[in-house]
Amino acid sequence: MSRFRQTLTEVVRASWLYVLVLMTMLFLVLPTLIVIPMSLSDARYLSFPPKSFSIEPFFSYFASLEWRTATKVSLITATLTMLLATTLGTAAAYSLHVTQSRFSGVLRGLMMAPMIVPTIFIAIGLFFVYARFDLNNTIPGLVLAHTLLALPYVVINVSAGLRSYDMTQEQAACILGASRLRAFFDVTLPQIRFSVIAAAMFAFAISLDEAVISLFISGGDSSTLTKRMFSSLRSEIDPLIAVVATLMTLLSIIMLCISIMAQRKAKRNAV
Amino acid sequence: MNRTEPGARNARELLKAERRNRWYLFGSGLPALLLVLLTFVLPIGWLFWLSLFDANGQLTVENYTRLLEPIYVLTFVQTFKISIIVTVACVLIGYPYAYFMIKGPRWLANLAMGLLLVSLWTSLLVRTYAWLIILQRRGMANDLLMSLGLTDVPLSLVHNLTGTVVGMVHIMLPFMILPLFASMKSIDPIYNQAAAAFGASPSRAFRDVFLPLSLPGLAAGATLVFVITLGFYVTPALLGGGKVQMISMRIESDVSMYANWGAASSLGVVLLVATLLMLFIVKKSAGLGRRSE
Amino acid sequence: MSEDPKLSMSIDIENLTKTYDNFAALDDVSLSIKSGEFLSLLGSSGSGKTTLLMALAGFVRPDAGSIRFGGREMIFEPPHKRDVGMMFQSYALFPHMNVFQNVAYPLKLRGYSRADIRLRVEQALATVELDHLIERGITEMSGGQRQRIALARAIVFEPKILLMDEPLSALDKRLRETMQLELRRLHERLGMTVVYVTHDQREALTMSDRIAVMSKGRIRQVDTPINLYERPSNRFVAEFVGESSCLPVTLQDGQVRFQGRPLRASSATAGLKNPSLVVRPEKLQFVTADASDCNLLHGHVTDVIFQGESQLVQIDLGEGMAVAIRRPTRSSASDRLPTRGEAVVLGLHLQDTLVVGDEQ
Repeated sequence: MSRFRQTLTEVVRASWLYVLVLMTMLFLVLPTLIVIPMSLSDARYLSFPPKSFSIEPFFSYFASLEWRTATKVSLITATLTMLLATTLGTAAAYSLHVTQSRFSGVLRGLMMAPMIVPTIFIAIGLFFVYARFDLNNTIPGLVLAHTLLALPYVVINVSAGLRSYDMTQEQAACILGASRLRAFFDVTLPQIRFSVIAAAMFAFAISLDEAVISLFISGGDSSTLTKRMFSSLRSEIDPLIAVVATLMTLLSIIMLCISIMAQRKAKRNAV
Repeated sequence: MNRTEPGARNARELLKAERRNRWYLFGSGLPALLLVLLTFVLPIGWLFWLSLFDANGQLTVENYTRLLEPIYVLTFVQTFKISIIVTVACVLIGYPYAYFMIKGPRWLANLAMGLLLVSLWTSLLVRTYAWLIILQRRGMANDLLMSLGLTDVPLSLVHNLTGTVVGMVHIMLPFMILPLFASMKSIDPIYNQAAAAFGASPSRAFRDVFLPLSLPGLAAGATLVFVITLGFYVTPALLGGGKVQMISMRIESDVSMYANWGAASSLGVVLLVATLLMLFIVKKSAGLGRRSE
Repeated sequence: MSEDPKLSMSIDIENLTKTYDNFAALDDVSLSIKSGEFLSLLGSSGSGKTTLLMALAGFVRPDAGSIRFGGREMIFEPPHKRDVGMMFQSYALFPHMNVFQNVAYPLKLRGYSRADIRLRVEQALATVELDHLIERGITEMSGGQRQRIALARAIVFEPKILLMDEPLSALDKRLRETMQLELRRLHERLGMTVVYVTHDQREALTMSDRIAVMSKGRIRQVDTPINLYERPSNRFVAEFVGESSCLPVTLQDGQVRFQGRPLRASSATAGLKNPSLVVRPEKLQFVTADASDCNLLHGHVTDVIFQGESQLVQIDLGEGMAVAIRRPTRSSASDRLPTRGEAVVLGLHLQDTLVVGDEQ
């Protein structure tokens, strides 16, 4: 093959790659992008250029008791989930890190399991068990369920942080007079704080976005935002949904940015 | 193994103290363990139990034998079909994307990763809703197709298989690309350089060196996508409408419409077993593949 | 070495055993460390020296035995209740605190007042000559500075016992030697009991009041540096501390023989297992064959190596045995060194003729 033909083939191949990648990038980001203009339009169909401009849907959203309640439920649940999952998950990650026994292997497997098991299966199981204990349509019930889903991610993040941390410092703190718990809070936690923050963001986002389990175990006044959206989408396309979607998207992007910054800081500290 | 004689100084108390210490350390993980037991092991165990009883409370296998009926078989077939299509699409689209994230110009590669993350972090429901908008009869997709002259009438792109596949591919792409990217990143560029030094053209080097080395990451991503798609609910439910029914949707209707716990639980068990089996098979063959190297 | 009870405490270790899966890290170790003493644990890796130190600190819980500080049983106490100072090999400073906060940490834990803390931290840093860096961050410090900060942190609360785990091993040679002398001086000033782990026998010889030589989880000999060097009690210690050649000898009716010839030994030789003659290079002299006041060895020179301040002459004694003799480099004619191939007679003074066996 002549030089020229070779280069040409490479250029063609390269441009084919570029085109494909650019199209994929558009494919990936399109849904996120159209949500915002959609919420500023009164129409049920989005077309370019948008046919009408109106902030009426925003007013409807803030006026609607149902949607405001659902928002409150989702935000409270997400915050509580973040706190519970981060605390439990960090403690578990610490335990897994310092003990290397058979038990810790079992614990780790159990905590990672919710990632492999189909969520619909967990959902109906929880629905069934909650019915027995009157936990359906309650916020505590939601928080427990969402924490279950968030735990694996917290454990993974915090474990990574612990791995790049020098445990001798905790030993040093102990011999200087700190109990193990004190040493953890004084020395270890400050140094893995970025992993913990990133994990907390994950937990919050997972809870806010959780749709399947919430579908079953939340209802009435404790309906989550996702449940209302889902039920609403099933019937018809309400412009109000776009507002909810926009707000959720903005929140997601903020969480993503915080998480990336925290992870980057964690990597820099590790060296 | 302990060489200390039982009468050795303080030995018994020291052993007790050691055991106590180990429990303290393990105890740190107990709250999490408790939560997992109560919200995960207990419900799932109960479901397994439920699948063995019929509506009258009698022990039976009919919940499982019912799954061999044509309606259910159809659901299984459709679920697997969708999973396979989605997986193949993700491989075809995801591999070049991951490759670009490694080899492309820095700023563009970072943008590619950034957009991937934005997609991943945007709420699942929001993205599914967005696809509903885009793919509807008077939506963007049809507008584009008609303006390009590819069709005269708006196509039915949603509430059917097409819509489901498009939505699922979008949701699953990050799960394909991220493991693949991680795997590709760990391939030492020295291999490609060596191949080039031996006279291989870039495409030859890719085919003979890079591609085989990236296969484990590809297998991991593909498995992940396949297995998650099998049990996925939200996106197929909204974008599939009436025409598509996957196992997850069947489970949902069995519970919320018919309150048929026997049927729902047995179906769920089968779904779980299929998932675990797939993971097991892939893990084993990955091990075998590595041994043959 | 002060024995002031306000400054230091004795350590009594009895029958300490620690086994990991069939591997005996500590094998029935017993040791008494005097109040205010500087004792080194000397051995190669795997000898058990670090395990012993960690047991003293409380990070390793032995399977059996007793550890007493000043007569009080400590073996059940967790590390944070042992009130000992410790220096780690990696220093283990807290990067998220500055120098002041690092050194102040043990005082804060003990509830000292803010003014008191300030005073003591400044004093401790002055002792290690780093008081001018009191507000800096840890990451800005060099290796030598971090080492001093770790030291300041370990002594700021005036512990009666100080444990050190190879604290100088990360430093370069020159700095290490300077620090060895400084640590020695610090010990004389502050007077606490020090247990110091090292694999460098020169370091141990420089700094210690006594050295415990360890291998395979047991203590082979505990003695002052001079006694360990001049009077090793077994072949392991003889070979580990200082240069030596160990030449096999035979025992016949209480008579020591080397290469068939009788040898006058300086110590009791009855009942030694695998008896060996310990020959240190600087103890040998070139003598004439008729010298009567020392033991004689015959051989010929195989090599002469110039090593700066001294020269090493390798001598083959036949039967596969060889020794080295070390002479300081001098220019006077009377100290002419033999050349390669020359037959020589070596003399070993009676007091320097040491016969040792394997450890009992």
